[in-house]
Amino acid sequence: MRSLKFLLQKEFRQIFRNPAILRMIFIMPVIQLIVLPLVANYEIRNVNIHVIDHDHSMYSRELIRKVTAGGVFQLQGYSANYKQALLDVEHDKSDLILEIPQGFEKQLVRESEAPLFIAVNAINGARANLGAAYLNTILRDYNQEIRTQWIQFPKFDEIPRVEVISNYWYNTHQSYTLFMVPGIMVVLLTMVGSFLTALNIVKEKEVGTIEQINVTPIRKHHFILGKLIPFWVLGLFVLTLGLLVGRVIYGIVPMGNIGLIYLFAAIYLPAILGLGLLVSNISQTQQQAMLLSFFLMMIFILMGGLYTSIDSMPQWAQVVTWFNPVTYFIEVMRMVVLKGSSFNDIKGHLGVIALFAVVLNTWAVVSYRKRS
Amino acid sequence: MKSISVNNLSKSFINGKETVEAVKPLSFEIDKAELFGFIGPDGAGKTTLLRMLTTLIIADTGTATVDGLDVVNDYKEIRKRVGYMPGKFSLYQDLSVQENLEFFATIFQTTVKENYHLIKDIYDQLAPFSDRPAGKLSGGMKQKLALCCALIHKPTVLFLDEPTTGVDAVSRKEFWEMLKRLKEQGITILVSTPYMDEASLCDRVALMQDGKFLRIDPPSQIIKNYSKKLLAVKGKEMFPLLQHLKQIDGIEMAYPFGEYHHVVLQNDATSIDQLKSKLQSTQELEIKPATPDIEDCFIYAMQNN
Repeated sequence: MRSLKFLLQKEFRQIFRNPAILRMIFIMPVIQLIVLPLVANYEIRNVNIHVIDHDHSMYSRELIRKVTAGGVFQLQGYSANYKQALLDVEHDKSDLILEIPQGFEKQLVRESEAPLFIAVNAINGARANLGAAYLNTILRDYNQEIRTQWIQFPKFDEIPRVEVISNYWYNTHQSYTLFMVPGIMVVLLTMVGSFLTALNIVKEKEVGTIEQINVTPIRKHHFILGKLIPFWVLGLFVLTLGLLVGRVIYGIVPMGNIGLIYLFAAIYLPAILGLGLLVSNISQTQQQAMLLSFFLMMIFILMGGLYTSIDSMPQWAQVVTWFNPVTYFIEVMRMVVLKGSSFNDIKGHLGVIALFAVVLNTWAVVSYRKRS
Repeated sequence: MKSISVNNLSKSFINGKETVEAVKPLSFEIDKAELFGFIGPDGAGKTTLLRMLTTLIIADTGTATVDGLDVVNDYKEIRKRVGYMPGKFSLYQDLSVQENLEFFATIFQTTVKENYHLIKDIYDQLAPFSDRPAGKLSGGMKQKLALCCALIHKPTVLFLDEPTTGVDAVSRKEFWEMLKRLKEQGITILVSTPYMDEASLCDRVALMQDGKFLRIDPPSQIIKNYSKKLLAVKGKEMFPLLQHLKQIDGIEMAYPFGEYHHVVLQNDATSIDQLKSKLQSTQELEIKPATPDIEDCFIYAMQNN
């Protein structure tokens, strides 16, 4: 026990004397939480539209006004022929072309129906899809408006109509930051837990101090605990900092019990620390440890449901995400922060993460050798 | 009981496709309170041998005991009893002198106070820097601190891997004086070094090359056993002279040695005058008999290995 106490004292001394670690712990979470949610945003704004109006009628002018008034579309060009408009798209100035044919108004009035032409630049798939969808919504509204102007409503609607009204639960305004911030906190915690532990141990290998430690009668589990506990504490500290930033800057107050988040983090961290330990066992230099951690982090983040929904991944990828600890914490974080889930809702996740912690640490301890 | 006894110990490493025999099967014994030196060039296998004895790596063949304990089976007990100072400075550079010492005392379940008498001489010199981070000490000071840390648990056997490499001449001398005092306290000391001049300070030395011992004897014995006739030659143009000496019949070896070249004659009967006439040198030459020291013995042994 006494040697463990001294090991801990030594580790904390070294951490507080290392300005790089302190900076990483204090500044990285704040910057990432402030910057990332603002840029990692799927809302589409500033879609450039090019309009070709062959009709020049009142209805066509009204249509153009409606399209550009919403704020989503910027009228980038207005020309008389398709060729010119396509040139604009080729030069990447416009994303969409809306062509209004000649006789649009006449046809609309006479036949109650008129064609329109939309061409979309589909290089950026998401932008193209959403842009076209927005434009379609606007056109439908426009259509509806005209019909109401024309049709005298009978007292009772003769044709039954279904009107859909959506109600967004848990994230009423579909705020992207509310969705992203809890996820980013998990990524931060994971980075602090795995990177710092791995680098710390590999540094001892690189400097040669591990050699000096290995010839001492120090117990293997004391040495490993001495490495894990400080970073467990640091991890919880970073989480606290993250929750504070979320609260102060984004006004995010967890709907559920904040204690649940800490409970989950307290079990999640040993799993991640065990992973860091494994990485350090495999690596001989800090550079190797860094590259390996980076590789794992990329997979964890991209396959953890932070940016993209796991449900829309292919089946094999969904199976892979079961083995990604980050997935579980991101889910729990969103459940507790947004939905206000209770202990019963997350106990399954908790069990899986506890299993991760046991397996990863056992593996790490077994593969750590005091001699070769 | 011998302090260390080694029986057919060997170790190879696989480097790509080829296997390097770092230590070929070796057997030797070391007495209690003996100051034993492994002398040899870089790559002779000194560090590997020390790492096997300190239980850091496991030998391929053979057995070894330290303090009567087997290096494989009783490694835990050995680790409590031995002090090891690796060749590379391996204390915590970001901890202060004081903190390093206390840390190592604690993990050996002891205190600095308890064994202070052992390190007092050395630590007195470090005391003015006790708050300085270990990484910011000079080379000699670092080695002294490392020695303190290796001694703080009162080991019975001390393993020092090239403790004086990269240390200035004065510090080296001091360091060896400390080792002598430790020896007087009954500690067995194994030290490896690439410096020949340090060999004469040991009780016994093992001349090591390519994983083998060329000789194990007290330094005086090794010098006594040198049977060849040795001459020292000096001229104005030293380099052409050496080239010339190497080509002459009757000269077994010629190598630079301080301000002279040492020449080993094939035939002891060859006189200085005979050599002079053979050389037919245009430059003024000074030739005189030389007394061999440990370096001459080692160079000769290496050549005839």
